[in-house]
This record gives sequence, C-alpha cells and structure tokens, in this order.
Amino acid sequence: MTIEVKNLVKTFGSFKALDGVDLKVDSGELVALLGPSGSGKTTLLRIVAGLDWPDSGEVLINGEDALAQGARERHVGFVFQHYALFRHMSVFENVAFGLRVQPRAIRKDEAAIRARVKELLDLVQLDWLSDRYPSQLSGGQRQRIALARALAIEPRILLLDEPFGALDAKVRKELRKWLRSLHHEINLTSIFVTHDQEEALEVANRVVVMDKGRIEQIGSPDDVYETPASAFVHGFIGESIELPVQVEGGAVRLGDRPLALAAGGAAPGASKLFVRRHDMLVGPPGSGAFEGAVQHVRNFGPVQRAEIALSGGKTIEIDAPRDKELRVGDTIGLQPRRYRIFAGA
Amino acid sequence: MGLTLSWLSVIILIPLAGLFLKSLELSPEQFWDILTSRRTLNALRVSFGLAFAAASVNLVMGSVIVWALVRYRFPGRRLFDAIVDVPFALPTAVAGVALTALFAEKGWLGAPLAALGIKVAFTPVGIFVAMIFIGIPFVVRTVQPVLQDLDPEIEEAAGSLGASRWQTIIRVILPSLAPALLTGLALAFARAVGEYGSVIFIAGNLPNVSEIAPLLIVIRLSEFRYADATAIAVVMLVVSFVIIFAVNRLQRWAQSRIPAR
Repeated sequence: MTIEVKNLVKTFGSFKALDGVDLKVDSGELVALLGPSGSGKTTLLRIVAGLDWPDSGEVLINGEDALAQGARERHVGFVFQHYALFRHMSVFENVAFGLRVQPRAIRKDEAAIRARVKELLDLVQLDWLSDRYPSQLSGGQRQRIALARALAIEPRILLLDEPFGALDAKVRKELRKWLRSLHHEINLTSIFVTHDQEEALEVANRVVVMDKGRIEQIGSPDDVYETPASAFVHGFIGESIELPVQVEGGAVRLGDRPLALAAGGAAPGASKLFVRRHDMLVGPPGSGAFEGAVQHVRNFGPVQRAEIALSGGKTIEIDAPRDKELRVGDTIGLQPRRYRIFAGA
Repeated sequence: MGLTLSWLSVIILIPLAGLFLKSLELSPEQFWDILTSRRTLNALRVSFGLAFAAASVNLVMGSVIVWALVRYRFPGRRLFDAIVDVPFALPTAVAGVALTALFAEKGWLGAPLAALGIKVAFTPVGIFVAMIFIGIPFVVRTVQPVLQDLDPEIEEAAGSLGASRWQTIIRVILPSLAPALLTGLALAFARAVGEYGSVIFIAGNLPNVSEIAPLLIVIRLSEFRYADATAIAVVMLVVSFVIIFAVNRLQRWAQSRIPAR
C-alpha cells in the first residue's frame, strides 16, 4: 500500500498548519514525520487517517482518493499519543472492538474473533493481560494494546501519533526497538509522528523533517543528519554550533574577523555557519579557524563538553574526546572538520 | 470520623428513627388498613409512578442537553448552562405558580394544548410536568463533568476502527457515562418523589387522581391524624430507600467496570 499526499493545505483560523505539503510513502516503508510542535506533522497524519479534512489538496491511499471516504471506510490503523483505550472494556474487548463492530455480513464468528485477538495479544507479547482493564496497565503496555487494537482490523496502513510521547525515557527506548522489529515482521506501510529526533533516526527508514507547515527535507536518517538541506534541519537534528557569519567574495567573516574557511558555494551576504559539536577539532592556539578560551569542562559519557569563549565574543559548546586535555583558562585553536553555510540571517 | 458520624446521626438518623417510633403507636392491623386504603394506595402510585416516569424523561432529555452544552459551541451557551440551575434555585412554590399559569386553560401553553384536547393543569399530567421541571438539573449536573472528562479521542479511535456513529454511542460513550447517568436518574427520581411545593399548585389535588403522597401526609397532619401521616411517611421512606439502594448497587456495578484511572 502506498500513501501519496499532494499539495495539502490546512488552516486553523489564521494559523497555517499545512502549507502545501507533498509526500509519497512507498509500500512497506516506515516513515517518521519529525518536527517541533506546531510544525503540522500531527495535522498531516490526522488528515491521512480521515480524522481531519484539508482545505485543499489530495490524499491517495494505494492510488485511490481517500478524501472521498470517512475515517470509518478508510481502513487505517491509528495509534494515539494518549492511547485512547476504552476504559470500560477489558484488554481483550478493546482489541476485539474493531472486529465486533464490523457489518454483520463480514463479521467473524465469536471463535474466530477470539482466535484473532489471541494472535494479536501474542504479537504484542501481552496475552497474559487479556482480562485486565486499561487502568491496571503501565503506559508502555497500554500503548502496545492500542497498537494491537489498531492492527485487529487488518488496516491497509498504520499511523502512529507520537506513540511514545507519554512514556518515560527507558520504556520509550525499549518500545522503539520493539516497534522497528514489529514493523519488520508485519511489513505494513506506516507513518509515525515524533518530535524526538533520536526516535525518528533510530526507527524510521525515511525521515520527513517538517517546520511551519512545510516539509524541509525528506531523506534517509543518514541523509538528514549528514547533509541537512536547510539551516532549520541542521539546527533541529543533531547538536550544532550555530554562528552568524558574513560571506563576501568567497571569504567568510565572523564579526570583523576573517575566518580561514572556504565559503564553498554559499551566496554572499548574512549567513549561518553550522558545525556539529563533535566536528570541532581542538588544537594549539593559532592552529585553526577559531580561537577561544576554555570556560567550563564537564564529562558526558564518552566525551567531554567544553564551553569556549571565542575571541570576538560568541560562546560555543563543543564535544571533545575524553583523552584531549582541556583546562579551564587555556586558550585553544579550533578547526571544524566539516561545516555548512546556509544563507539568511 | 467521629464528627461525621455524630453529625449524620443528628441530621438524618435521629429524625428518621423518630418517624419509625411514632408509627409504632399504630397496631399492625391499623397500619395495614391505612396503607391499603384506596386513597393512600392511589397517592403512593401517583407519587412513585409519575416520579419514575419524570426521572426517565429527564434522563433522556438531560443527556441531550448535556451533550449540546459540552460538545457544541453556540451563542448563548453559557446562558443556557446557567438556566439549567433555575429549577434548583427557584422557590418551589414560585415554580408551581409559574407552571400553573403557563399550563392553565388560558395560559400560553395551556391554551394551544387545550385546543388539541390535552389538559395539563389540575391533572396528573401537570404533576408529571412539574416533576420533570424540578428534576432536570440533577441529571445535567451529574453527567456534565463526566462527559467533559471523556476524551474525544476515544470516539475518533472507535471511528477509525470502523464503528458507526451509532455503534460508538452505544458501545463506547453510553457505557462510559452509565454510572453518572444512573446517579442522575436516582437523584432526579428522589427529588420528584419528595417534591411538594411546585406540584400541589398544578396538580388539582383530586383524591385518588392527582393527589401526591406528600400532600396526603400534610392533609392527615392537618386533621391531627399524626399516626396515619407517619405510616404513609414510613412507607415512602422505605420504598425510596429500596429504590435508591437498588440504583446505587447498579451504579456500583457499572462503576466497577470502569476502574478509576
């Protein structure tokens, strides 16, 4: 099943939630919609599910016009951030719900429903909770039940709205791995929304980065991390050092200090220089494009994070290997191993 | 704890015990005769029967009103929300006079209804109308907070799982509201059974036809037949208690299926 969205526009009052979005998801893909809150990612997902309607644009599921159908006819599995389980039903009945409300003509008999629910509870590894009520489950268990419930109707596609957003960090990490292997197992075309870049990069085959109702970049997790298409993507994904610079005639200036960096193809004018924190290499004074004084050093797992006051006033944070000796007060040289310049102030 | 119990005893239990003691002045035969007299039976039937009918109507109409107040944004919504409390706040006698004027044969509603051959004022229908009027806030106010808490996402979930609107209401929304609906029903019923002020104006108070049990108690008291009055009162108390208790059990059962979050 493929999902295709063409020139989708949606406004809430004067707020443009979606501003001309085009996206194509191939069969069997697991795509992450990644962006800050208000970027329109949830709105896009809800429109694909039929829970919201666009002002204009097209939604095609497997080549068919989905906007001609309501949520009920679309046969889409939807998982909500806050689970939206039916509180008055046992886990078993929650999962069975989609099977029980089918039109009589195609409804399975009780034995078949039981078998199917059992199968799904096995799939999410929670068959032993069958008789419990949602309030008796942990957040992670609730979300797995919600997923089993969504899968019960054998949906054509699966949509997940911040599925792990309400869970604590440890459970979230477990469920990420679990979701990826589950997707591998059932191979259902899926889109999930998240504001957590780590989650998107770890789980998805492809990442769609959104901001202000527009798609900023679509690419593999490696693409969006290694070659960000815009200043927004560079700033949003991974930890970056961001410096306002001037590009003039192929040279780059920070304030009134010329930097020994090639402007590459960057257009002249006010620009932004981005460097990953761990791409700033430390050397003796005068050895790099930048020079600065070490102000703070803290150890962060495999790296040490240092706060450097650059000559010229700006303070940046870099990640250096633990074996590099950094002392507060030292003056050091810094050379970016890789950097990118984007036009615009 | 001790304070709660003593306070409850003083306010509720001691007066009730007094009632029972007073009725003990009657011999069992006398008690039975009073209760099985045609007038008493009819009064009890009118009170309980109409109260139950009115509470049922309130259950349905109250749910509709709550739905509109909680789920829709329309001009004047806050005003309507406030109006729901009017039957609470209005002195019951004022309500009775107002309803009587409205439904009397020359009243605004009474005249067109009379043209259709329906007489409301001074008939059991009038009692029914008054009981609906005073009971409606109980249903609305008990169900409202529960419906407000009900996450609209569960309806979307039901829809995306293929449930029709009707199936969503029957299988998802109503079961979630059931405990609150039952409480509202019980409260509206209890209020209607005990209602006196607004009913006696509109009822016409014909013995055996439109005479409610509380009125019969007052009549017996004014005739200095205190024991008769307490006998009727005891029966009302017991029947009310049994009904409220039953509804309470039903509500606990419904509640147990929705454990607290």
